[in-house]
Amino acid sequence: MHSTVTIQNYFGLGQEQSHKKESVFDADHPEVFAAEDNGITPIEYLLVGLASCLSAGVASVAQNRGIQLRSVESTVEGAHDIRGILGADSDVRNGFNDIKVTFTIDADASKEEIEALVAQSQKRSAVFDALTNPTNVTVEVA
Amino acid sequence: MRGTAVERAAAVVIGAGHAGLAASHFLSERSIDHIVLERGEVANSWRSERWDSLRLLTPNWQSRLPGLRYEGQDPDGYMTMGEVTEFIERFAKVSRAPVRTGVNVTSVRRIDDGYHVTTSHGEIRCRAVVVASGACNRPTVPQLTTAVPPSVQQLTPFGYRDPATLPDGGVLVVGASATGVQLAAELARSGRPVTLSVGEHVRLPRVYRGRDVLWWMDASGVWDQRYDEMDDLTRARRLPSPQLVGTPERTTLDLNALASMGVELVGRLAAMRDGRALFSGGLRNVFSLADLKMTRLLDTFDEWARTRGRDAVGQGPEIGLPERFAPTHPPQASRLQLDLGSGEIRAIVWATGFRPGYGWLDVPVVDDKGRLRHAGGVLDSPGLYALGLPVLRRRKSTFICGIEDDAREVIDHLAGYLAVRP
Repeated sequence: MHSTVTIQNYFGLGQEQSHKKESVFDADHPEVFAAEDNGITPIEYLLVGLASCLSAGVASVAQNRGIQLRSVESTVEGAHDIRGILGADSDVRNGFNDIKVTFTIDADASKEEIEALVAQSQKRSAVFDALTNPTNVTVEVA
Repeated sequence: MRGTAVERAAAVVIGAGHAGLAASHFLSERSIDHIVLERGEVANSWRSERWDSLRLLTPNWQSRLPGLRYEGQDPDGYMTMGEVTEFIERFAKVSRAPVRTGVNVTSVRRIDDGYHVTTSHGEIRCRAVVVASGACNRPTVPQLTTAVPPSVQQLTPFGYRDPATLPDGGVLVVGASATGVQLAAELARSGRPVTLSVGEHVRLPRVYRGRDVLWWMDASGVWDQRYDEMDDLTRARRLPSPQLVGTPERTTLDLNALASMGVELVGRLAAMRDGRALFSGGLRNVFSLADLKMTRLLDTFDEWARTRGRDAVGQGPEIGLPERFAPTHPPQASRLQLDLGSGEIRAIVWATGFRPGYGWLDVPVVDDKGRLRHAGGVLDSPGLYALGLPVLRRRKSTFICGIEDDAREVIDHLAGYLAVRP
């Protein structure tokens, strides 16, 4: 159940591009799933993606609005009923039922301005969109 | 084809709604010979393309056109469509607009010294054309309508007159701007279970500190913000209509009001898959965005009232203290999908906006989204102008009372153009 994903190249702006360095992601499952726990579970990567996307959004919106950030922290919780992936109950979905992100932000701004940063960040987030809206996914064997 | 000669005029105005008639008013004031062409009757869209219960969003005292004011007994009320039609008809009479009704424009094309207008009743050559054919000629409907099961009746606001237009049973209203919230409320009152799909929206209270919220927009100068002074004009022009309704009780019709009527709120309709409507899970954020924007606007009003507006606020009825409204309450768990084949939903109302129609305009001034490219109503084709579009020259352009300043300035430009070229 352990997999390693390596990413360095991507296609963008009409051509092949390369990141400065290679990123390696180990995904596995906890020992209770009879796995070796060599890394976080794949679905946790969704939470990593969401938190980092929203945090990046907060930073860039703050910069646009001239707001000085001192610290940005987020806690991400995904509520997941494993009866879905275990096939124990066909009414239970495989993925998260609910995701909650809680930001703690210290900045030179009012509470409303900080709330607006977080709201605007969600509005422009690729991962937030991907998680909240359905997406056509094609998986095929080459 | 009739054998009549091509008629000539200095200017042709297309459309005899409030915008075209305001253009005519200022053209007459400058003695510019012109013709106003109208496919139907004066105020045609108000007569035939609106649902029965609709009233203007602006209070009566704000219904003002060049040289015409509301003079009735109910300045704080809201006109029914019949009253709007009468008001605009009166404007046409008072300003003696040279309107030709029942004339359909089929083509406008550029020629050497101006434009050639082809109509259902002959041809006209003119130096200038004012496009005042309306911003809401056709309902905008998403492509996914084709995936709706045939057992579900679909209609747009153009096909909707009153709840009896729909079959009994559940209704999905898609879109929560002025149209969507009004129809959702009316359908819920008719006893139907209503689900409202909510994307980004503009929340406003009907009354703020004892005055109509549109009094604040007007008096505080927000409505006078000019198109060439806005940070994001594209966004301002695409802003959905506010969640407002004109009722004698001056009630607020926000999402909390709808939820308390039993309307079920779901996220933006994102896709249709296997006969199921799939909704976005981002409902909370569209609530937050709208709540935050409303509060910012109310802050602007309060700041104005405290400083520059002190004199204006001092007049008339006593003004109330600053208020803040409860945030929009997210439902316990908003549904992410609806099985349209289950019989729960019998009809879908697409309240997903309107757009203008320029199929007859054979001049390359329309962008790939079907909107006119213009700078404050001046199109990129000499002598061609537009009026009556959202935020044409100011935030208030969308409203009836916004046409006077826009029309005066656009016709000023037109007159200047006619004067410098032979």
